Amino acid sequence: MTEHFEFGNPEIVEEEVDILLIGGGMACCGAAFEVMRWAESTGLKVKLVDKAAMERSGAVAQGLSAINTYMGENDPADYVRYVRNDLMGIVREDLIYDVGRHVDDSVHNFEQWGLPIWKQPGDEDKTLVQGGKPVRSGRWQIMINGESYKRIVAEAAKKALGSENIQEHVFIVRLVTDRNDPTRVAGAAGFSVREHKLYIYKFKCCLLAAGGAVNVFRPRSVAEGTGRAWYPVWNAGSTYAMAAECGATMTMMENRFVPARFKDGYGPVGAWFLLFKAKAVNGLGEDYGAKYGDVIKDAARFGKYGQGIPGTCLRNHIMLNELKEGRGPIYIDTPGALARLAEKMTPQQINHLEAEAWEDFLDMTIAQAGIWAGENIEPDKTPSEIMPTEPYLLGSHAGCAGIWVSGPADIPGAPKEWQWGYNRMTTVKGLFTAGDGVGASGHKFSSGSHAEGRIAAKAMVKFALDNKDWKPELSRSADELVHEIYQPVKTFLQHKDYTTAIDINPHYITPKMLQFRLQKIMDEYCAGIATWYQTNAKMLEVCGNKLDMLKEDSLKMRAKDLHELLRAWENYHRIIAAECHMQHIRFRQETRYPGYYYRMDYNFIDDENWKCFVNSQYDRETLKWKLWKQPYVQLVKD
Amino acid sequence: MPTFVRTEKCDGCHGRDKPACMHICPHDLMLLDRDGLLSGHAMKAFNQEPEQCWECYACVKVCPQDAIEVRHYADVVPLGASVQPSLGTDSIVWTIKFRNGKTKRFKFPIRTTIEGSVDPYAGKPDIVMSELEDDSRLFTHATHHCDMSQFVSS
Repeated sequence: MTEHFEFGNPEIVEEEVDILLIGGGMACCGAAFEVMRWAESTGLKVKLVDKAAMERSGAVAQGLSAINTYMGENDPADYVRYVRNDLMGIVREDLIYDVGRHVDDSVHNFEQWGLPIWKQPGDEDKTLVQGGKPVRSGRWQIMINGESYKRIVAEAAKKALGSENIQEHVFIVRLVTDRNDPTRVAGAAGFSVREHKLYIYKFKCCLLAAGGAVNVFRPRSVAEGTGRAWYPVWNAGSTYAMAAECGATMTMMENRFVPARFKDGYGPVGAWFLLFKAKAVNGLGEDYGAKYGDVIKDAARFGKYGQGIPGTCLRNHIMLNELKEGRGPIYIDTPGALARLAEKMTPQQINHLEAEAWEDFLDMTIAQAGIWAGENIEPDKTPSEIMPTEPYLLGSHAGCAGIWVSGPADIPGAPKEWQWGYNRMTTVKGLFTAGDGVGASGHKFSSGSHAEGRIAAKAMVKFALDNKDWKPELSRSADELVHEIYQPVKTFLQHKDYTTAIDINPHYITPKMLQFRLQKIMDEYCAGIATWYQTNAKMLEVCGNKLDMLKEDSLKMRAKDLHELLRAWENYHRIIAAECHMQHIRFRQETRYPGYYYRMDYNFIDDENWKCFVNSQYDRETLKWKLWKQPYVQLVKD
Repeated sequence: MPTFVRTEKCDGCHGRDKPACMHICPHDLMLLDRDGLLSGHAMKAFNQEPEQCWECYACVKVCPQDAIEVRHYADVVPLGASVQPSLGTDSIVWTIKFRNGKTKRFKFPIRTTIEGSVDPYAGKPDIVMSELEDDSRLFTHATHHCDMSQFVSS
């Protein structure tokens, strides 16, 4: 008799491949493109697993109005200088250089596959490869018609992989080490969000590229607007949590990104500042950057970093200073900018300009257009508020939280400690990462994440071939994995009839309430918006104690259906990512990123003691974190 | 809410295994209510967790019945406005209705090729397996020019 599978009793699907790609965003799409070309002559078996549908998954799901990393006429060394300056001096220059030298090829492919890229007048019919000059909104950014950006990139990845090698709507939640070598990954397990199936994959190596961490902190909007995060709300810290729990060394997890964006909708400001040359003013109408911007010249607090071109965090600091001094709200003067641009334009050109301003939102943050429409805001008539958001953990945008990885072998001057044989492999053998996963290497954005996925994929092919005769054996049994992964379902089925109200039951906590508790803890103690991004050693100690109990209670999460099981595991991942962030901020006794967070007990940049990476390792058995300093080495000249 | 499904328009994608909105939502929000026990509307889809909606419009754009719209976050946005797209094969048309009744319409290109026509390896060089050891190039042999004098140790 065939067994009947149902909620709480999943079918177990086991599969062995050579290379598993976990995630379906830009990094995994890049990996798919690169890996299949190398794999075709080797017979390697590759599979991609995405918790959503690749056509619209990951951070680019909604589209983008710009590609933020394109070298073009620039040298990759200048890109390293720009990233190093923006991230306050501590970055892995080997990794950044590597992205810089490969990123343009990804962009050229996007254009070949069908992505419309804006060109300078006269060059409209030329591709970038043919010498067409792009419309730059900044030194590194180019403008695109990017509504279908992800669909186009995913189409190429899916064609490369073949549909038989893609598993959508399966959420990988656990990596499993090898039975004979605890420093090696051998498998991954997760569940279908559609069917009562639990998947266990065995492999020689995997790419863990499942995005950054969103909704770890209490967001500014807490009801329906909770979903209107700046970064995609489905990025649940899975990359960081799964890697950390597998024993991978993490790096720069104290870093975070607090973007200053159009208030509430979090629409992009880049085109407004860089392309339309808009000015930000305070509530008194003053150009506060000009009037009060010299607050960052205080060398005792900001060292050399406030003297030259300020990094993004320092620009945030100037804005926060305005708000705390009572000179808010902060406005972006859209009418002034458009009026200046319109001075030399024909009516037709002015209409085109208006369309460009709306497209900037409609291509990537439609909700902001909804706010403009709801509040009767027309950008040529009414200025809009901008505001620093809640904190986000990520490694591909203007932040550098992530995992410590092996770098390329051919970068002059790179210390030997930064290479252990396979580019983008973590300290866990066989575990690779890219995009938001790679730490100490920000400003890759969409194109750089795609390129980095390609870089990792090539190294994974080498790893898989070097380990051709090695057979993965999992350190945990299928029964153990089912028991752990489906625990929230069992908890629900066991206790649901104890009370008459499904959500209120002393035997369990809903994933939603657990998330609220996490957000409250992080917001109030770990430098969230509630304290103007300020914290200190004592607050972090309290934070740690509360997170310990939250982690204990996470074992009592319930899942009343597969959708809630998805949320339960996302929120578990959020806790581990949050804990790592807190531990790093606690360890680094300085304020490296003023404007992103402040250690009020060490409210200054301390290059003498802290111009170094902070790395960490989590022990899943003892639940303890080990943290240490890792020397920074400058590779590219000043 | 943010996305909502118009009762009169949704046909549940005729009960297929993968209703379009359910398939495409990156955050697993859209749900087909087969028996109507959850929403009161059998064989129609609804947003099961509206406070987690990113308003990414993936479901709005993909719905074959144009049944999905967005009522923007009620805790943030005044009522009465709407932003509605119509996704074509090479362009998208947006109709924006302001709270005060004013409307604007924009059309933007979305792609220069026919959907499904991408051939990722067309015109690409053959693989040279010995290059697997070489971190300076990917299979396309299109590495950016590098000024090696820019390194400290050069």
